[in-house]
Amino acid sequence: MKDIIRTLTEAFGPSGYEGPVRDLIAGMIQSRVDEISTDVMGNLIAVKRGSSPEGKKIMFSAHADEIGIVVTHIDDNGFLRFTNVGGLSVETLIGNRVRFESGLIGVIYREKGELKDLALDKLYIDIGAESKEDAESKVRIGEFAIIHREFTDLGNRMTAKSMDDRIGCAILVQAIMELGDSPHTLFFVFSSQEEVGLRGARTSAYTINPDLGIALDVTLTGDVPEGPRMAVALGKGAAIKVKDSSMITHPKVKSFLAKLAAEGGIPHQFEVLERGGTDAGAIHLTRDGILAGTISIPCRYVHTASEMVDMRDVRACVDLVKAVATADLTALLEN
Amino acid sequence: MLLKQLTEACGAPGQEGEVRALIRSEVAPYVDEVRTDALGNLIAVKNPTSSGPKVMLAAHMDEVALMILGIEKNGYLRFRPIGGIDPRVLVAKAVLVGEKKIPGVIGSKPIHLQKPEERERPISIDDLLIDIGAKSQEEAEKLVKLGDCAYFATSYEEFGQDKVKAKALDDRVGCALLIELLKDSWEFPLYAAFTVQEEVGLRGAGVAAYQVQPDIALVFEGTTASDVPETEPHMRSTSVGKGPALTVMDRSVIPHPPLVRELIELAQRQGIPYQIRRSNTGGTDAGQIQLTAGGTKAAVISVPCRYIHSAASVMNKQDFTNALKLARAYLQSLQERKGEQ
Repeated sequence: MKDIIRTLTEAFGPSGYEGPVRDLIAGMIQSRVDEISTDVMGNLIAVKRGSSPEGKKIMFSAHADEIGIVVTHIDDNGFLRFTNVGGLSVETLIGNRVRFESGLIGVIYREKGELKDLALDKLYIDIGAESKEDAESKVRIGEFAIIHREFTDLGNRMTAKSMDDRIGCAILVQAIMELGDSPHTLFFVFSSQEEVGLRGARTSAYTINPDLGIALDVTLTGDVPEGPRMAVALGKGAAIKVKDSSMITHPKVKSFLAKLAAEGGIPHQFEVLERGGTDAGAIHLTRDGILAGTISIPCRYVHTASEMVDMRDVRACVDLVKAVATADLTALLEN
Repeated sequence: MLLKQLTEACGAPGQEGEVRALIRSEVAPYVDEVRTDALGNLIAVKNPTSSGPKVMLAAHMDEVALMILGIEKNGYLRFRPIGGIDPRVLVAKAVLVGEKKIPGVIGSKPIHLQKPEERERPISIDDLLIDIGAKSQEEAEKLVKLGDCAYFATSYEEFGQDKVKAKALDDRVGCALLIELLKDSWEFPLYAAFTVQEEVGLRGAGVAAYQVQPDIALVFEGTTASDVPETEPHMRSTSVGKGPALTVMDRSVIPHPPLVRELIELAQRQGIPYQIRRSNTGGTDAGQIQLTAGGTKAAVISVPCRYIHSAASVMNKQDFTNALKLARAYLQSLQERKGEQ
């Protein structure tokens, strides 16, 4: 599974430009699903038909996009100016590299000045161009790029860029590989544009209109030196979301997930995230309202080039996804 | 002159009636159907039963304004902005209040009377009142009701080389583009949505798109130009006179990348000047239209306007003409592709 994680975290896919990630995932799961398509918003939707006429529709969603940058200006000496695509922390960018879809690499650095005055518009990208013309032959204004970093295996733990949310994508891919028949029709959505406002999930949930929606996404942890006060820790299992800024998980869904985890001996923990949202936030407000929940993967250093997750948590999340996919939903869905 | 009429008409978010009536009378001769929906969006339709891609054009009718929320004992009016207005642009401006367009002035303390510390700090909304010449609360109440809106009393003017000065270019310039496009004859179903309440959160566009459920949507805007000396070149969102601006990202939308690419290639092929909007701030109706129902391919074409959300914004007529050319070229290309099928 680490190969899948490596491949997906090293891929290029800023919000709106998820094509390369979509292609990689489609290649991995094509033979294991009944239908696969891409919609107008760029959501990759894979369907595994249910074996029972009484089966329900379950939508799993992990977002394919990652945070990035977009070029806004090319100056006379060939330096690029840029702005953010999704939530970038300015202080993590200096000395980091960006990569364009063409493979072009650039270095981010800053104008001179006090560190406390650091802002995105004080940073620039050096692509090694010697003039404006040189730069313009390599990159266009309006072109998107990602933060460039390779995957590193640290044993139980792994670090890479875009664990948010390629780890969610990898979990769904792995679950698809391992899943046998389910009575339910399963929709696996590798959603677009989550980082800019849960956008792909909104339209795909409308189209699919599922009985239950489950998002797979990373969450923050409190297990670091002088870290935030938060109970979630790496290595303690799949995190079942209680709330974040996009959703209060329906109590029925929360206890449904916890019960499944307990019955399956799947390590799990509860998560209360004070800021941030997931695709489930968009799904639960779609059409007449949809029961939804989030299975979170604890992750350190979210929205930096070195996000870190624990393989044991990842395994627990795969197991919990499989448990949901084949679960008896009668009690959950009855009014 | 259509843009003069459109920009001199008044339409705060939720109070777009005057603008709507004007547009309705302008477009009626050219469309098969025109209706107003529950939120107040005006939807004009050409060829509703034709085959081919269903195209939605959108521009918002509303403008930022000041809502009257209190009448003082001495007849002065208290207000709050509706939509984003910097209080610093309000001082000493002439306004028109309510449907009767009662003339007023946003009062300010003359420099002679200001204390040194008052000169130091930026003015806040609470420091400002509208003077409509009323002597008392009773007299003011005869002229103005709470909830009425005040608008900048700016007349449309042409000046310099192709320049236009007016209030509410955001987004009457978009409305004017839609009206021009409706005058052309097209063979596919074309829906022009003149939307409400964009300035308070893109509210009309979503429900308009839900009714239309288009295949493709083009949104027309008057967008921020910041090509002024104090702005560093890399912070200039758009520049006046350099052609219509295409959005690759703002706070509300990442327009459909293949559609944006197509518009760029079309502009390049036909020698139509264009620019990429260089800022990820601001939002447009495209943000709602794109996410309606199962999703829509959407793009944004903007006319750069300096000093938007103030008493007087400035645009270049060439940018308007080129925005129209680009939109026509795109609709023409859709029509040709339809013919080939």
